[in-house]
Amino acid sequence: MAARLNDLLRGLWRVIRRLSGDDGYERYLAHHAAAHPNTPVLPRQEWFALQQQQKWSGIKRCC
Amino acid sequence: MKTNLFTFFIWMGVALLGAAAVGGIALNRGEAVNALWFITAALCVYALAYRFYAAWIAATVLSIDATRATPAERLNNGRDFMPTNRWIVFGHHFAAIAGPGPLIGPTLAAQFGYLPGTLWILIGAVLGGCVQDMVTLFFSMRRDGRSLGQMARDELGSIGGIAALTATFLIMIILIAVLGLVVVNAMKHSPWATSTVAATIPIAMLVGLYMYKLRPGHVLEGSAIGVILLLLAVVGGGWIDQQAGLRELFDHPGLPLAFAIIGYGFAAAILPVWLLLAPRDYLSTFMKLGTIILLALAIVWLCPEIRMPALTQFVDGSGPIFGGKLFPFVFITIACGAISGFHSLIASGTTPKLLSNERDIRMIGYGGMALESFVAIMAMIAATVLDPGVYFAINSPAGVVGKTAAEAVATISAWGFPVTVEQMNQLAKQMGEATLFARTGGAPSLAVGMASIFGSAFGEHMLALWYHFAIMFEAIFILTTLDAGTRVGRFMLQDLLGNIWKPLGRTSWYPSVLFSSAVVVSAWGYFLYIGVIDPNGGVNILWPLFGISNQILAAIALCVATGILVKSGKLKYAWITALPLVWLVIITSTATWQKLASDDPRIGFLAAANSLSDKLTAGALPPDKAAVAPQLIFNQQLDAVLALFFAALLWLIVIDMLRVCARHLRGRPVPPLSEAPHYPTQLEEAWQRD
Repeated sequence: MAARLNDLLRGLWRVIRRLSGDDGYERYLAHHAAAHPNTPVLPRQEWFALQQQQKWSGIKRCC
Repeated sequence: MKTNLFTFFIWMGVALLGAAAVGGIALNRGEAVNALWFITAALCVYALAYRFYAAWIAATVLSIDATRATPAERLNNGRDFMPTNRWIVFGHHFAAIAGPGPLIGPTLAAQFGYLPGTLWILIGAVLGGCVQDMVTLFFSMRRDGRSLGQMARDELGSIGGIAALTATFLIMIILIAVLGLVVVNAMKHSPWATSTVAATIPIAMLVGLYMYKLRPGHVLEGSAIGVILLLLAVVGGGWIDQQAGLRELFDHPGLPLAFAIIGYGFAAAILPVWLLLAPRDYLSTFMKLGTIILLALAIVWLCPEIRMPALTQFVDGSGPIFGGKLFPFVFITIACGAISGFHSLIASGTTPKLLSNERDIRMIGYGGMALESFVAIMAMIAATVLDPGVYFAINSPAGVVGKTAAEAVATISAWGFPVTVEQMNQLAKQMGEATLFARTGGAPSLAVGMASIFGSAFGEHMLALWYHFAIMFEAIFILTTLDAGTRVGRFMLQDLLGNIWKPLGRTSWYPSVLFSSAVVVSAWGYFLYIGVIDPNGGVNILWPLFGISNQILAAIALCVATGILVKSGKLKYAWITALPLVWLVIITSTATWQKLASDDPRIGFLAAANSLSDKLTAGALPPDKAAVAPQLIFNQQLDAVLALFFAALLWLIVIDMLRVCARHLRGRPVPPLSEAPHYPTQLEEAWQRD
């Protein structure tokens, strides 16, 4: 019972992190390692700035 | 067989319950209806439409192919193209489409009574809005996530593309102006609201610094700190309101507040996104989702009674909040929540690039819009649980009901909605405001409605806190829309200006950034300024103009979709988009016609301009009104030109679409379908649903 509740809460936490983009850098690292191994990765801060810039260059919010 | 029979009975039950609830709302006269019936009716209608209509569209009309690789899979770059779990995509899509629109429109449309708006929200959503969002998402997904403007150009021709881009730009300008007006009216002479809204700016910047400098990319930590600070800002605003000497700093009439918003909009457009826009968007998204969930829980727990009658006498066009008859203006006033053209920009933007499987478009496209429509139903409930007299006293501009409190209550009581000065003063005191008379724009009345619902559910003594929480919640995401819209407008303008002189098109060249931001901000700033100095409240002019432009954008999206359906040999199913399209063409054309030709100065732009200029020449205006009259006259004429331009744009693209369809049906050459080729998906089911 406690274990299942634990799993449920962990799952919920993963969803919240994913939805908010909190795990974005980890996903970037994973993608980078898979798609472009042996090339340098962006440091955390540069990655964040670039990602925000790209996010807000199109229509992202509605009336 | 057994389960089939079981499911049949379940859906039969849902259908009967839904019919009873809709019937109960529609046929009830004189007795109070409980809000729970609205919730029941809405949920049953959405469930049936989703299970049957949306499933049929997905399987038969669009021929969804679960084995076909989506652009997210084929073009995966780990950034914008990325196969994503459907619940995550749903969350992103809903957060993007749900803005202040579905809260404000139903609040204003409640002047006709609860029934017309509610029926339009339900029917418009399941037959119009949800279908538009779903098919646009589908067609964009089949075209590697191309935008609505690009699809219009590829599938119909360059006229369609230009029309879509122009409509998008103009709708943005009008939208930002009207939203700015809503915030100004909520802050007018309210030190509490003004100081709280002002505090959201440094709070957002602090969160921005935290997420960028201190702990880069830790958005949840930053947002949690921000949300706590925002709640403290609501409480702190109450404290400021009590301090003589301090409260005067935040006590302003509309005009200085409008200039502050304009200056703020310019600053926000040129600052880096990580400092202000991005952190505030995180905060507003959390606030929005939290408040909507809280409101839904409170309504279900409390089951408040609806006090507004089903229909009011204002269906004849004499309504105080905005002029115009039930037809077509209820359909114009409620755009977001029933059918909103703006959604087609989101459905052809980020969302199609994230889908991991074609199957997901029903849930995300159709389901996402159904949820937004549900938010509109809750806004309708929050507006109609108020005493009608109170509702009209808050929302009617002084130019219609009279300047003093005594005049206003006399006018409103004479309409058959009894209200007293004492009642309004008592309410204002409870909400921590100096007055609630003529607080037009929808936000204050929604805040009173939400405060009274939250107050009865979670404690009456905190009414003033709940009221200002609701104002802060609306202001924070209106300001996000204002920044984001100004920025998008700036990019579109730079794109256009780049054709004239190359350097102006460079989005990172500072002089071009300053110049194009200034142009966009002055465009919406102008309409905001006029809206504030207009004694009839400005909402009366701007909201219908916004509704018309938003519906015209929806019509453009439906034209593109209908054209694609016909060209793909699905003529016999083209009615799924053609039917809502015909309806939108009828209502927007009628509304535009009335806005141009009506003799009633509260409806017709030209009639208003003429009546004001007659009064001006006759010397019948008091000096303060005579001073602004020339500007108001010019603005009414400009609005007339704008409305005519919108209608011309609409007819242009409808005729263009019909031309393309007719050519295709007669076997003549048309622009070919631009669908990307079929590749089988390689994604494992288990991985897809991580």
